[in-house]
Amino acid sequence: MKIGYFTERPYRWLPEEEILKNHAFFAVSNRFFDRDKAADDYNYYIDENCYAEELGFDIVALNEHHGNPFCMGSVMNVEAAVLAHRTKRVKIVLIGNPLPVIKHPLRMAEELAEIDLISRGRLVTGWVRGAGSEQFFNNANPAYNREMFNEAHDFIVQAWTRPGPWRYEGKHFHYRHVNPWALPYQKPHPPMWIPGVISPETVKWCAEHRYPYIGLGTLLGPTCDLWDYYADEAAKHGYQAGPENFGYLIPTVVAETDDKAQKIAENFVYGGGQNAFSAPEYTMPPGYNSKSAIRALAKQPTGSWLGVSGEKLAEHGQERQAEAVDYKEVHKKLVAGLEKVKRNYQVIAGTPKTVLPKIKAILSILRPGVFIMFSVQGPVGNEERMASMRLFAQEVMPALHDYAREIDLPDPFQRTPGSVALNGAARAPVADRIPLKELGLR
Amino acid sequence: MTSWTQENLQVAGAELAIIKGGSGKPLLILHDELGYPGWMEWNEELSLDRTLIVPLQPGFGKTPRLDWMRNYRDLAGFYSQVVREMRLEPVDVIGFSVGGFIAAEMIAADPKIFSHMVLVAPMGIKPTEGEIMDVFAVTIRHHLRATVADPMNTPEFARIYGGEMTPEQFEAFEDARSETARLGWEPYMHNPSLPYLLRGVRVPTLLVWGARDGVVPWGCIDAYRKAIPAAQVARIENVGHRPEIENPIEFERTVKKFLAA
Repeated sequence: MKIGYFTERPYRWLPEEEILKNHAFFAVSNRFFDRDKAADDYNYYIDENCYAEELGFDIVALNEHHGNPFCMGSVMNVEAAVLAHRTKRVKIVLIGNPLPVIKHPLRMAEELAEIDLISRGRLVTGWVRGAGSEQFFNNANPAYNREMFNEAHDFIVQAWTRPGPWRYEGKHFHYRHVNPWALPYQKPHPPMWIPGVISPETVKWCAEHRYPYIGLGTLLGPTCDLWDYYADEAAKHGYQAGPENFGYLIPTVVAETDDKAQKIAENFVYGGGQNAFSAPEYTMPPGYNSKSAIRALAKQPTGSWLGVSGEKLAEHGQERQAEAVDYKEVHKKLVAGLEKVKRNYQVIAGTPKTVLPKIKAILSILRPGVFIMFSVQGPVGNEERMASMRLFAQEVMPALHDYAREIDLPDPFQRTPGSVALNGAARAPVADRIPLKELGLR
Repeated sequence: MTSWTQENLQVAGAELAIIKGGSGKPLLILHDELGYPGWMEWNEELSLDRTLIVPLQPGFGKTPRLDWMRNYRDLAGFYSQVVREMRLEPVDVIGFSVGGFIAAEMIAADPKIFSHMVLVAPMGIKPTEGEIMDVFAVTIRHHLRATVADPMNTPEFARIYGGEMTPEQFEAFEDARSETARLGWEPYMHNPSLPYLLRGVRVPTLLVWGARDGVVPWGCIDAYRKAIPAAQVARIENVGHRPEIENPIEFERTVKKFLAA
């Protein structure tokens, strides 16, 4: 198993009240952007990833979001390029480049090839569709998101593997001269891992392409279901999925005492945390979701109403008035909500001793070949962030490696994903629900 | 009450659902970006002496989506084929909001296709001042409420949208939003070349605009007036983006008078 380090590189200087007032991180005005502090932090986060290598992590993982203080990585490839030069050993895993919102797959092929060359073949490149808000930020037509994702991916693979020059005329992209001079260091191209948050369409696509799927802190039960779906699809393509096909990323904080870890972990819900990434109108742009996803959403009892009755309007008025709230109270409620999240194993916080059995439980259930520690969000100081990394690396990671060997969790570099042929046999299980039940989870 | 029916036609190389009702000379109705909401009071009134023909836009649930269609000019070309195959031309037309955009694209390509053209709060040309509301960046609830000036005192609005949203309504709105994004995401709900191609339109044209329209600004009407200088303008006070349901009496009077001229 490979163990990775990941941070969203949060912007740490935004008053929580501004996020709460806006009901989300996305669309908070950039008048709150402090250039000097951001300059320090961009440099710090590069250093932090280098520190991860020093501590023995196998992977540093980067992501990208746009117009959002939740994540300062607006152009992830820039950071990846710096890390390609600064680091010597770690794999640089991009989870992932939002192909439909970048809208320029040839440029993407060139950038990634350069990063792979500078790092001498340490790039693992992943693709995402981009969050809903990203479609707005980049003016990418959400109704073509899936089509553009597929077309851009197929084009990039060709650009890396088919000697040029050649002409390309697709539905969404057109290039009259495809002949990128820089080709990736790795042959035929860097491995691709796909991160996701439970879209079955993405899982199916991954299984077809034999790409590992990285679950982004998704609930354990539904993640097991998703692994099964992947494995069923893999079986249709004639192979047995295994740990090499799966990765899992989970918010993790380690400190000297449980109390301190709890206090730091509260920053995972700073401003509302992941749930406040963007407001509903930006989360679900038109056409972004598949027809089947819309049908499923339509059946949910959301209490959504169009109504114009006096009663309904009065209720709506009250909702509005209720917005004049005490933000300290809101924060308290958010922190209270963290308890449930911790019980569900969606945030792991504690001392090395208390954290270890929890992560081992996750590994025993999901059997991933890649485990990624997602470092804390919110305004947490450099010292505490680095202490958490250090305690994890020195006192948790070695035991996790031992445990992964013990329960046989090969990673995608040890066993090529999709290389275990089924030869007509029934597929073997990929997740273990017994320990899940023992934890009282579903 | 006038009877109306839904018919599924094989026309212009595709399947097209249309709503048809009334009797008399045909009147083509191009619905807005939210889809045809159903037979309303103004439909009833106009259908007394006209046959209303309302194509239900491809991709809006009742008519299958046409994958080759990439923008409103494509849709306008398709509808023009429909009009020709149905032997309707020249036909009177009323286009609402984006339906006005579609009608304008149709006449820009074929100046003889319409005999009268009514554009109600039309999108399609970049406003000379202000912006067309970004209907994609709001929830469907917010969008619907923004279409009328006073939801509580617009009985027909309550009739079509009152109460809880049903799963079927939600799905239909998402279909409408998706298809509208597919065709009108960029440039946003307008075509920069349209005003140039509207030059020389001689067909009697009426631009209807509600003085409290929160979706399409006066700047759009102004831009249309510049493109079609002979166009008449009917400004209706105290209504928003949907004068046809916010003040049906005034709307019907204005439109009937214009069509009769």
